[in-house]
Amino acid sequence: MKKTFPIFAIATLGLLSYALYQALVVAPTEVTMGNVQRIFYYHLPSAWVAFALFFVNFLASIWYLAKRTAGSDALALASAEVGVVFCTIVLLTGPIWARPVWGIWWTWDARLTSTLVLWLIYVAYLMLRRFASGGQTPVLAAALAIFGFVDVPIVYLSIRFFRTQHPQPVIGGGPGSGLDPRMWTAVLWNLAAFAAYGSLLVWTRYRMAMVERQVEEAHAQRALESNEGAEQ
Amino acid sequence: MSILGVTQRTLRKDLRLEWRSKDAINSMLFFALLVVVIFSFAFDPTAEESRHIAGGLIWVAFLFAAVVALNQTWARELRNQVLDAYRVSPAPATALFLAKALGNFLFVVVLEALMAPLFVVFYNLRSVGPVYQLLVVGALGTWALVVNGTFFAAMSIRTRSREIMLPLILFPISIPALLAMVDATTSILTGSASPAFWIRLLAIYDLVFTTVCLSLFETVLNAE
Repeated sequence: MKKTFPIFAIATLGLLSYALYQALVVAPTEVTMGNVQRIFYYHLPSAWVAFALFFVNFLASIWYLAKRTAGSDALALASAEVGVVFCTIVLLTGPIWARPVWGIWWTWDARLTSTLVLWLIYVAYLMLRRFASGGQTPVLAAALAIFGFVDVPIVYLSIRFFRTQHPQPVIGGGPGSGLDPRMWTAVLWNLAAFAAYGSLLVWTRYRMAMVERQVEEAHAQRALESNEGAEQ
Repeated sequence: MSILGVTQRTLRKDLRLEWRSKDAINSMLFFALLVVVIFSFAFDPTAEESRHIAGGLIWVAFLFAAVVALNQTWARELRNQVLDAYRVSPAPATALFLAKALGNFLFVVVLEALMAPLFVVFYNLRSVGPVYQLLVVGALGTWALVVNGTFFAAMSIRTRSREIMLPLILFPISIPALLAMVDATTSILTGSASPAFWIRLLAIYDLVFTTVCLSLFETVLNAE
Protein backbone atom coordinates (compact mmCIF):
# COMPACT_ATOMS: atom_id res chain seq x y z
CA MET A 1 0.00 0.00 0.00
CA LYS A 2 2.76 2.41 0.92
CA LYS A 3 4.56 1.79 -2.35
CA THR A 4 1.47 1.92 -4.53
CA PHE A 5 1.11 5.66 -4.08
CA PRO A 6 4.57 6.76 -5.34
CA ILE A 7 4.42 4.24 -8.18
CA PHE A 8 1.02 5.55 -9.21
CA ALA A 9 2.27 9.13 -8.93
CA ILE A 10 5.25 8.44 -11.19
CA ALA A 11 3.07 6.59 -13.70
CA THR A 12 0.67 9.55 -13.74
CA LEU A 13 3.54 11.94 -14.37
CA GLY A 14 4.73 9.81 -17.29
CA LEU A 15 1.22 9.57 -18.68
CA LEU A 16 0.73 13.34 -18.40
CA SER A 17 3.97 14.11 -20.25
CA TYR A 18 3.20 11.60 -23.00
CA ALA A 19 -0.31 13.04 -23.35
CA LEU A 20 1.19 16.53 -23.54
CA TYR A 21 3.48 15.34 -26.34
CA GLN A 22 0.49 13.80 -28.10
CA ALA A 23 -1.56 16.96 -27.82
CA LEU A 24 1.13 19.46 -28.77
CA VAL A 25 3.26 17.54 -31.29
CA VAL A 26 1.57 14.44 -32.67
CA ALA A 27 -1.97 15.73 -33.15
CA PRO A 28 -2.34 17.66 -36.42
CA THR A 29 -3.16 21.36 -36.39
CA GLU A 30 -6.82 22.01 -36.93
CA VAL A 31 -7.50 23.59 -40.33
CA THR A 32 -9.73 26.55 -39.45
CA MET A 33 -9.00 27.12 -35.78
CA GLY A 34 -5.25 26.60 -35.79
CA ASN A 35 -3.20 25.81 -32.73
CA VAL A 36 -5.72 27.19 -30.28
CA GLN A 37 -7.81 24.09 -30.90
CA ARG A 38 -5.22 22.09 -28.95
CA ILE A 39 -6.68 23.40 -25.72
CA PHE A 40 -9.52 21.02 -26.47
CA TYR A 41 -7.26 18.14 -25.36
CA TYR A 42 -7.33 19.61 -21.86
CA HIS A 43 -10.83 21.01 -21.93
CA LEU A 44 -12.69 17.81 -22.74
CA PRO A 45 -10.79 15.42 -20.41
CA SER A 46 -11.12 17.93 -17.55
CA ALA A 47 -14.87 18.10 -18.13
CA TRP A 48 -15.24 14.34 -18.12
CA VAL A 49 -13.11 13.93 -15.02
CA ALA A 50 -15.06 16.68 -13.23
CA PHE A 51 -18.41 15.07 -14.06
CA ALA A 52 -17.12 11.64 -13.02
CA LEU A 53 -15.88 13.07 -9.70
CA PHE A 54 -19.25 14.70 -8.99
CA PHE A 55 -20.80 11.30 -9.53
CA VAL A 56 -18.28 9.76 -7.11
CA ASN A 57 -19.23 12.48 -4.63
CA PHE A 58 -22.89 11.51 -4.97
CA LEU A 59 -22.18 7.80 -4.44
CA ALA A 60 -19.89 8.47 -1.49
CA SER A 61 -22.53 10.72 0.10
CA ILE A 62 -25.22 8.05 -0.19
CA TRP A 63 -22.78 5.52 1.18
CA TYR A 64 -22.05 7.83 4.10
CA LEU A 65 -25.74 8.30 4.94
CA ALA A 66 -26.25 4.53 4.82
CA LYS A 67 -23.12 3.32 6.64
CA ARG A 68 -21.65 6.41 8.39
CA THR A 69 -18.07 5.42 7.69
CA ALA A 70 -15.32 8.04 8.00
CA GLY A 71 -13.80 6.94 4.71
CA SER A 72 -16.89 7.63 2.60
CA ASP A 73 -17.13 11.15 3.98
CA ALA A 74 -13.45 11.78 3.25
CA LEU A 75 -13.98 10.46 -0.28
CA ALA A 76 -17.00 12.73 -0.76
CA LEU A 77 -14.97 15.74 0.35
CA ALA A 78 -11.97 14.82 -1.79
CA SER A 79 -13.98 14.15 -4.94
CA ALA A 80 -15.99 17.36 -4.60
CA GLU A 81 -12.87 19.49 -4.08
CA VAL A 82 -10.94 17.98 -6.97
CA GLY A 83 -14.10 18.00 -9.11
CA VAL A 84 -14.49 21.73 -8.53
CA VAL A 85 -10.84 22.25 -9.52
CA PHE A 86 -11.33 20.36 -12.79
CA CYS A 87 -14.63 22.12 -13.42
CA THR A 88 -12.80 25.42 -12.94
CA ILE A 89 -10.22 24.33 -15.51
CA VAL A 90 -13.09 23.61 -17.91
CA LEU A 91 -14.61 27.03 -17.32
CA LEU A 92 -11.22 28.74 -17.78
CA THR A 93 -9.98 26.85 -20.85
CA GLY A 94 -13.36 27.27 -22.57
CA PRO A 95 -13.19 31.06 -22.86
CA ILE A 96 -9.51 30.96 -23.88
CA TRP A 97 -10.60 28.86 -26.85
CA ALA A 98 -13.85 30.73 -27.44
CA ARG A 99 -12.29 34.18 -27.70
CA PRO A 100 -10.32 33.56 -30.94
CA VAL A 101 -12.81 31.04 -32.41
CA TRP A 102 -16.20 32.53 -31.54
CA GLY A 103 -14.97 36.09 -31.06
CA ILE A 104 -16.40 36.27 -27.55
CA TRP A 105 -15.27 34.99 -24.16
CA TRP A 106 -18.57 33.71 -22.98
CA THR A 107 -22.03 32.96 -24.29
CA TRP A 108 -25.05 31.75 -22.33
CA ASP A 109 -25.21 28.60 -24.39
CA ALA A 110 -26.83 25.50 -22.91
CA ARG A 111 -23.65 23.58 -22.23
CA LEU A 112 -21.71 26.53 -20.85
CA THR A 113 -24.54 27.58 -18.61
CA SER A 114 -25.14 24.06 -17.29
CA THR A 115 -21.45 23.66 -16.47
CA LEU A 116 -21.42 27.01 -14.69
CA VAL A 117 -24.48 26.05 -12.63
CA LEU A 118 -22.88 22.71 -11.80
CA TRP A 119 -19.79 24.56 -10.62
CA LEU A 120 -21.95 26.88 -8.48
CA ILE A 121 -23.74 23.91 -6.86
CA TYR A 122 -20.50 22.20 -5.85
CA VAL A 123 -18.89 25.42 -4.65
CA ALA A 124 -21.97 25.83 -2.44
CA TYR A 125 -21.36 22.29 -1.20
CA LEU A 126 -17.77 23.15 -0.28
CA MET A 127 -18.93 26.39 1.40
CA LEU A 128 -21.36 24.40 3.54
CA ARG A 129 -18.57 22.03 4.52
CA ARG A 130 -16.40 24.96 5.49
CA PHE A 131 -19.08 26.72 7.54
CA ALA A 132 -20.74 23.76 9.20
CA SER A 133 -19.33 23.03 12.59
CA GLY A 134 -18.28 19.85 14.28
CA GLY A 135 -19.54 16.33 13.84
CA GLN A 136 -22.70 17.18 11.91
CA THR A 137 -20.77 18.47 8.87
CA PRO A 138 -20.70 15.09 7.05
CA VAL A 139 -24.45 14.54 7.39
CA LEU A 140 -25.39 18.04 6.23
CA ALA A 141 -22.89 17.85 3.38
CA ALA A 142 -24.13 14.43 2.27
CA ALA A 143 -27.72 15.70 2.23
CA LEU A 144 -26.73 18.70 0.13
CA ALA A 145 -24.74 16.47 -2.22
CA ILE A 146 -27.90 14.49 -2.94
CA PHE A 147 -29.85 17.70 -3.60
CA GLY A 148 -27.11 18.89 -5.92
CA PHE A 149 -26.92 15.69 -7.89
CA VAL A 150 -30.70 15.39 -8.24
CA ASP A 151 -30.72 18.98 -9.48
CA VAL A 152 -28.28 18.35 -12.34
CA PRO A 153 -30.73 16.75 -14.84
CA ILE A 154 -33.36 19.40 -14.06
CA VAL A 155 -30.77 22.14 -14.64
CA TYR A 156 -29.79 20.58 -17.93
CA LEU A 157 -33.39 20.16 -19.07
CA SER A 158 -34.37 23.72 -18.18
CA ILE A 159 -31.33 25.38 -19.71
CA ARG A 160 -31.55 23.36 -22.90
CA PHE A 161 -35.12 24.48 -23.39
CA PHE A 162 -34.27 28.05 -22.38
CA ARG A 163 -31.53 28.24 -24.96
CA THR A 164 -33.09 26.38 -27.84
CA GLN A 165 -36.02 28.74 -27.58
CA HIS A 166 -33.84 31.72 -28.44
CA PRO A 167 -31.57 32.14 -31.47
CA GLN A 168 -27.97 31.15 -30.86
CA PRO A 169 -25.74 34.24 -30.70
CA VAL A 170 -22.84 32.37 -32.27
CA ILE A 171 -22.47 29.04 -33.95
CA GLY A 172 -19.68 27.06 -32.39
CA GLY A 173 -17.73 24.95 -34.82
CA GLY A 174 -16.88 22.44 -32.16
CA PRO A 175 -14.60 19.64 -33.32
CA GLY A 176 -17.25 17.06 -32.59
CA SER A 177 -17.75 15.42 -35.95
CA GLY A 178 -15.19 13.80 -38.17
CA LEU A 179 -12.22 13.93 -35.84
CA ASP A 180 -8.83 13.03 -37.33
CA PRO A 181 -7.66 9.62 -35.99
CA ARG A 182 -4.49 11.24 -34.62
CA MET A 183 -6.67 13.74 -32.82
CA TRP A 184 -8.62 10.88 -31.31
CA THR A 185 -5.39 9.31 -30.07
CA ALA A 186 -4.44 12.57 -28.41
CA VAL A 187 -7.90 12.87 -26.85
CA LEU A 188 -7.79 9.36 -25.44
CA TRP A 189 -4.26 9.72 -24.07
CA ASN A 190 -5.19 12.97 -22.42
CA LEU A 191 -8.36 11.46 -21.06
CA ALA A 192 -6.34 8.63 -19.51
CA ALA A 193 -3.75 11.05 -18.16
CA PHE A 194 -6.34 13.39 -16.65
CA ALA A 195 -8.28 10.50 -15.16
CA ALA A 196 -5.08 9.24 -13.54
CA TYR A 197 -4.16 12.74 -12.39
CA GLY A 198 -7.65 13.31 -10.96
CA SER A 199 -7.53 9.99 -9.11
CA LEU A 200 -4.08 10.85 -7.75
CA LEU A 201 -5.34 14.18 -6.42
CA VAL A 202 -8.45 12.58 -4.91
CA TRP A 203 -6.30 9.92 -3.31
CA THR A 204 -3.94 12.51 -1.82
CA ARG A 205 -6.81 14.64 -0.58
CA TYR A 206 -8.54 11.56 0.83
CA ARG A 207 -5.43 10.61 2.80
CA MET A 208 -5.12 14.17 4.08
CA ALA A 209 -8.74 14.18 5.21
CA MET A 210 -8.23 10.89 7.04
CA VAL A 211 -5.06 12.17 8.75
CA GLU A 212 -6.85 15.40 9.72
CA ARG A 213 -9.56 13.31 11.31
CA GLN A 214 -7.01 11.28 13.27
CA VAL A 215 -5.30 14.46 14.48
CA GLU A 216 -8.64 15.86 15.65
CA GLU A 217 -9.47 12.65 17.46
CA ALA A 218 -6.06 12.60 19.11
CA HIS A 219 -6.56 16.20 20.28
CA ALA A 220 -9.99 15.35 21.66
CA GLN A 221 -8.57 12.28 23.39
CA ARG A 222 -5.74 14.26 24.95
CA ALA A 223 -8.14 16.98 26.15
CA LEU A 224 -10.28 14.30 27.78
CA GLU A 225 -7.28 12.70 29.46
CA SER A 226 -5.91 15.98 30.77
CA ASN A 227 -9.36 16.80 32.17
CA GLU A 228 -9.42 13.48 33.99
CA GLY A 229 -5.93 14.17 35.33
CA ALA A 230 -6.99 17.59 36.63
CA GLU A 231 -9.97 16.14 38.44
CA GLN A 232 -7.98 13.56 40.36
CA MET B 1 -50.51 11.14 16.95
CA SER B 2 -50.76 10.83 13.20
CA ILE B 3 -48.56 12.75 10.75
CA LEU B 4 -51.49 14.95 9.78
CA GLY B 5 -52.32 15.70 13.40
CA VAL B 6 -48.77 16.80 14.22
CA THR B 7 -48.56 18.80 11.00
CA GLN B 8 -51.83 20.53 11.67
CA ARG B 9 -50.98 21.40 15.26
CA THR B 10 -47.48 22.65 14.51
CA LEU B 11 -48.79 24.69 11.60
CA ARG B 12 -51.50 26.21 13.74
CA LYS B 13 -48.96 27.07 16.43
CA ASP B 14 -46.68 28.75 13.88
CA LEU B 15 -49.52 30.69 12.30
CA ARG B 16 -50.70 31.86 15.72
CA LEU B 17 -47.19 32.96 16.67
CA GLU B 18 -46.88 34.82 13.38
CA TRP B 19 -50.34 36.36 13.74
CA ARG B 20 -49.40 37.76 17.13
CA SER B 21 -45.88 38.94 16.35
CA LYS B 22 -46.08 39.52 12.55
CA ASP B 23 -42.26 39.35 12.53
CA ALA B 24 -41.80 37.39 9.31
CA ILE B 25 -44.50 39.05 7.26
CA ASN B 26 -43.53 42.60 8.25
CA SER B 27 -39.84 42.14 7.52
CA MET B 28 -40.63 40.37 4.22
CA LEU B 29 -43.07 43.03 3.11
CA PHE B 30 -40.76 45.91 3.86
CA PHE B 31 -37.84 44.13 2.26
CA ALA B 32 -39.80 43.36 -0.92
CA LEU B 33 -41.03 46.94 -1.04
CA LEU B 34 -37.45 48.20 -0.88
CA VAL B 35 -36.41 45.84 -3.69
CA VAL B 36 -39.31 47.06 -5.87
CA VAL B 37 -38.39 50.70 -5.33
CA ILE B 38 -34.68 50.14 -5.90
CA PHE B 39 -35.27 48.13 -9.07
CA SER B 40 -37.54 50.82 -10.38
CA PHE B 41 -34.76 53.39 -9.91
CA ALA B 42 -32.14 51.08 -11.33
CA PHE B 43 -33.96 50.21 -14.54
CA ASP B 44 -36.47 53.05 -15.00
CA PRO B 45 -38.49 50.98 -17.49
CA THR B 46 -41.29 52.00 -19.84
CA ALA B 47 -44.54 49.99 -19.81
CA GLU B 48 -43.45 47.79 -22.71
CA GLU B 49 -39.97 47.16 -21.28
CA SER B 50 -41.32 46.43 -17.84
CA ARG B 51 -43.55 43.71 -19.23
CA HIS B 52 -40.41 41.97 -20.47
CA ILE B 53 -38.35 42.35 -17.31
CA ALA B 54 -41.16 42.11 -14.74
CA GLY B 55 -40.94 38.31 -14.50
CA GLY B 56 -37.35 38.61 -13.37
CA LEU B 57 -37.96 41.55 -11.05
CA ILE B 58 -40.96 40.02 -9.32
CA TRP B 59 -39.29 36.69 -8.63
CA VAL B 60 -35.99 38.17 -7.51
CA ALA B 61 -37.90 40.39 -5.07
CA PHE B 62 -39.92 37.43 -3.79
CA LEU B 63 -36.84 35.22 -3.57
CA PHE B 64 -34.92 37.73 -1.45
CA ALA B 65 -37.95 38.40 0.72
CA ALA B 66 -38.61 34.68 1.16
CA VAL B 67 -35.05 34.18 2.45
CA VAL B 68 -35.82 36.68 5.21
CA ALA B 69 -38.78 34.56 6.36
CA LEU B 70 -37.04 31.23 5.82
CA ASN B 71 -34.18 32.26 8.07
CA GLN B 72 -36.64 32.78 10.91
CA THR B 73 -38.28 29.36 10.48
CA TRP B 74 -36.05 27.41 12.81
CA ALA B 75 -34.44 30.26 14.74
CA ARG B 76 -37.70 30.44 16.68
CA GLU B 77 -37.29 26.82 17.77
CA LEU B 78 -33.76 27.29 19.10
CA ARG B 79 -34.95 29.36 22.05
CA ASN B 80 -35.66 27.18 25.08
CA GLN B 81 -34.27 24.16 23.17
CA VAL B 82 -37.59 23.51 21.44
CA LEU B 83 -35.78 21.84 18.55
CA ASP B 84 -34.11 19.38 20.92
CA ALA B 85 -37.51 18.63 22.41
CA TYR B 86 -38.81 17.87 18.91
CA ARG B 87 -35.89 15.53 18.41
CA VAL B 88 -36.58 13.42 21.46
CA SER B 89 -40.35 13.48 20.98
CA PRO B 90 -41.91 10.53 19.12
CA ALA B 91 -43.62 12.93 16.68
CA PRO B 92 -42.58 12.11 13.09
CA ALA B 93 -39.94 14.50 11.73
CA THR B 94 -41.63 14.67 8.34
CA ALA B 95 -44.74 16.13 10.00
CA LEU B 96 -42.64 18.89 11.55
CA PHE B 97 -41.03 19.61 8.20
CA LEU B 98 -44.36 19.67 6.37
CA ALA B 99 -45.82 22.08 8.91
CA LYS B 100 -42.84 24.42 8.61
CA ALA B 101 -42.86 24.29 4.82
CA LEU B 102 -46.63 24.89 4.64
CA GLY B 103 -46.29 27.77 7.10
CA ASN B 104 -43.58 29.39 5.00
CA PHE B 105 -45.64 28.77 1.88
CA LEU B 106 -48.58 30.64 3.42
CA PHE B 107 -46.36 33.54 4.55
CA VAL B 108 -44.82 33.94 1.10
CA VAL B 109 -48.20 33.62 -0.64
CA VAL B 110 -49.61 36.37 1.58
CA LEU B 111 -46.57 38.49 0.72
CA GLU B 112 -47.09 37.85 -2.98
CA ALA B 113 -50.77 38.70 -2.78
CA LEU B 114 -49.93 41.99 -1.10
CA MET B 115 -47.00 42.85 -3.35
CA ALA B 116 -48.56 41.95 -6.71
CA PRO B 117 -50.86 45.03 -6.85
CA LEU B 118 -47.86 47.19 -6.00
CA PHE B 119 -45.91 45.75 -8.92
CA VAL B 120 -48.84 46.41 -11.22
CA VAL B 121 -49.01 50.02 -10.09
CA PHE B 122 -45.30 50.82 -10.01
CA TYR B 123 -44.43 49.14 -13.29
CA ASN B 124 -47.65 49.80 -15.24
CA LEU B 125 -48.09 46.08 -15.78
CA ARG B 126 -50.86 44.67 -17.89
CA SER B 127 -50.82 41.01 -18.77
CA VAL B 128 -51.32 40.01 -22.40
CA GLY B 129 -51.70 36.31 -21.60
CA PRO B 130 -54.32 34.75 -19.29
CA VAL B 131 -53.88 35.83 -15.66
CA TYR B 132 -55.04 32.56 -14.09
CA GLN B 133 -51.84 30.94 -15.41
CA LEU B 134 -49.88 33.38 -13.27
CA LEU B 135 -51.62 31.91 -10.23
CA VAL B 136 -50.47 28.40 -11.19
CA VAL B 137 -46.90 29.58 -11.75
CA GLY B 138 -47.06 31.52 -8.48
CA ALA B 139 -48.21 28.53 -6.44
CA LEU B 140 -45.76 26.04 -7.99
CA GLY B 141 -42.88 28.52 -7.92
CA THR B 142 -43.45 29.52 -4.33
CA TRP B 143 -43.54 25.89 -3.22
CA ALA B 144 -40.30 25.27 -5.15
CA LEU B 145 -38.55 28.04 -3.23
CA VAL B 146 -40.10 27.27 0.11
CA VAL B 147 -39.71 23.49 0.27
CA ASN B 148 -35.96 23.59 -0.34
CA GLY B 149 -35.63 26.82 1.61
CA THR B 150 -37.21 25.28 4.71
CA PHE B 151 -34.91 22.28 4.42
CA PHE B 152 -31.76 24.33 3.88
CA ALA B 153 -32.74 26.67 6.71
CA ALA B 154 -32.69 23.63 9.00
CA MET B 155 -29.18 22.92 7.70
CA SER B 156 -27.85 26.47 7.85
CA ILE B 157 -29.08 26.90 11.42
CA ARG B 158 -26.35 24.41 12.39
CA THR B 159 -23.54 26.38 10.77
CA ARG B 160 -21.52 29.35 11.82
CA SER B 161 -22.84 32.57 10.22
CA ARG B 162 -26.32 31.06 9.89
CA GLU B 163 -28.11 33.78 8.01
CA ILE B 164 -25.52 33.99 5.23
CA MET B 165 -25.40 30.26 4.62
CA LEU B 166 -29.04 29.84 3.54
CA PRO B 167 -28.94 31.87 0.29
CA LEU B 168 -25.51 30.44 -0.53
CA ILE B 169 -26.89 26.91 -0.72
CA LEU B 170 -30.48 27.72 -1.72
CA PHE B 171 -29.78 29.88 -4.78
CA PRO B 172 -27.58 27.45 -6.78
CA ILE B 173 -30.00 24.56 -6.29
CA SER B 174 -32.97 26.80 -7.15
CA ILE B 175 -31.57 28.04 -10.47
CA PRO B 176 -33.72 25.76 -12.69
CA ALA B 177 -36.84 26.63 -10.67
CA LEU B 178 -36.07 30.35 -10.89
CA LEU B 179 -35.47 30.07 -14.61
CA ALA B 180 -38.82 28.33 -14.98
CA MET B 181 -40.70 30.89 -12.84
CA VAL B 182 -39.16 33.89 -14.56
CA ASP B 183 -39.61 32.56 -18.07
CA ALA B 184 -43.15 31.34 -17.44
CA THR B 185 -44.13 34.70 -15.92
CA THR B 186 -42.56 36.65 -18.77
CA SER B 187 -44.18 34.52 -21.44
CA ILE B 188 -47.60 34.94 -19.78
CA LEU B 189 -47.16 38.70 -19.34
CA THR B 190 -46.00 39.27 -22.90
CA GLY B 191 -48.23 36.56 -24.36
CA SER B 192 -45.37 35.64 -26.67
CA ALA B 193 -44.99 31.95 -25.88
CA SER B 194 -46.75 29.14 -24.08
CA PRO B 195 -45.61 28.63 -20.49
CA ALA B 196 -46.64 24.95 -20.62
CA PHE B 197 -43.09 23.55 -20.59
CA TRP B 198 -42.06 25.72 -17.65
CA ILE B 199 -45.16 24.87 -15.64
CA ARG B 200 -44.47 21.18 -16.20
CA LEU B 201 -40.83 21.64 -15.23
CA LEU B 202 -41.86 23.43 -12.03
CA ALA B 203 -44.26 20.61 -11.20
CA ILE B 204 -41.48 18.03 -11.70
CA TYR B 205 -39.07 20.13 -9.64
CA ASP B 206 -41.63 20.41 -6.83
CA LEU B 207 -42.36 16.71 -6.87
CA VAL B 208 -38.71 15.64 -6.94
CA PHE B 209 -37.52 17.98 -4.22
CA THR B 210 -40.51 17.49 -1.94
CA THR B 211 -39.69 13.78 -2.04
CA VAL B 212 -35.98 14.38 -1.37
CA CYS B 213 -36.76 16.80 1.47
CA LEU B 214 -39.21 14.48 3.16
CA SER B 215 -36.91 11.49 2.92
CA LEU B 216 -33.80 13.30 4.18
CA PHE B 217 -35.28 15.59 6.82
CA GLU B 218 -35.15 13.15 9.71
CA THR B 219 -31.46 12.49 9.02
CA VAL B 220 -30.64 16.19 9.03
CA LEU B 221 -32.75 16.95 12.09
CA ASN B 222 -30.95 14.26 14.06
CA ALA B 223 -27.46 15.11 12.78
CA GLU B 224 -25.05 15.39 15.69
